[in-house]
Amino acid sequence: MSELANASPNRREVSTPGERASGPARPRTYRPRISRLWWVHRRSYLLFALRELSSLFVAWFVVYLLLLVAAVHGGSGSYHAFLEWGSSPWLLVVNVVALAFVVLHAITWFNLAPQAMVIRLRGRRVPSRMVAAGHFAAWVVVSAVVAWIVLGAGP
Amino acid sequence: MTARRSSAEAAAWLLFGAGGVVSALLVPVLLLLFGVVFPLGLLAPPEYPHLAAVLGHPLTRIVLFGLCVLALLHWAHRFRYTLSEGLQLPRLRAPITLLCYAGALAGSVWAAVVLFG
Repeated sequence: MSELANASPNRREVSTPGERASGPARPRTYRPRISRLWWVHRRSYLLFALRELSSLFVAWFVVYLLLLVAAVHGGSGSYHAFLEWGSSPWLLVVNVVALAFVVLHAITWFNLAPQAMVIRLRGRRVPSRMVAAGHFAAWVVVSAVVAWIVLGAGP
Repeated sequence: MTARRSSAEAAAWLLFGAGGVVSALLVPVLLLLFGVVFPLGLLAPPEYPHLAAVLGHPLTRIVLFGLCVLALLHWAHRFRYTLSEGLQLPRLRAPITLLCYAGALAGSVWAAVVLFG
């Protein structure tokens, strides 16, 4: 007991000047300060932030798609009015940016897929490259089928 | 309470994942065609009767409705974290979550009205 009482003033002797100036130590919760712009400091963080932002453009696509469907349901006139509206320069810029983001979403998503799913074939784990390649192949096939349906089978 | 919360979180994650897959598969080609290729005149847009027939098919409506709902849930789940974590707004976490999912719900109702109404 007496040893302990002696030990504490000794420890204070070796403490840093800053600690001594602040007086007796009080327990404080540690709250790291993080800047609101923490994600611009590193390239990998920025890519992460851009990937997360892609969801905004996925939501924008839903809005654009529903406006298109509503226009088609409105008849030939409103469909052509939609096509005209769609080719206005500012909307074209929005859609080009949105396309870049949804392609970023697709690529990062399919690259992550092997980490989310483990596929076994005859007891052996399918290599992650094959799982990713399967997803990219599915992307190509689905895109081709959608384009074929939209453009009409044959001229 | 925690069990209910974690199962709700698991459902949100599952729907986020499903939305991520369908939007990765379907959104780029549709946005490329209707947002860039047709407006730029690189290809002629589909004639009205053809597109009306495609959109009139029940299967197209169901697929597009599923795409809209899942894509919106994907957005809601990802964007609430983008806002609250990305911009360091821990105090606004609850209202951000509420707004994002309310937005997804409103968008889903709109999709149902447009596609089936």
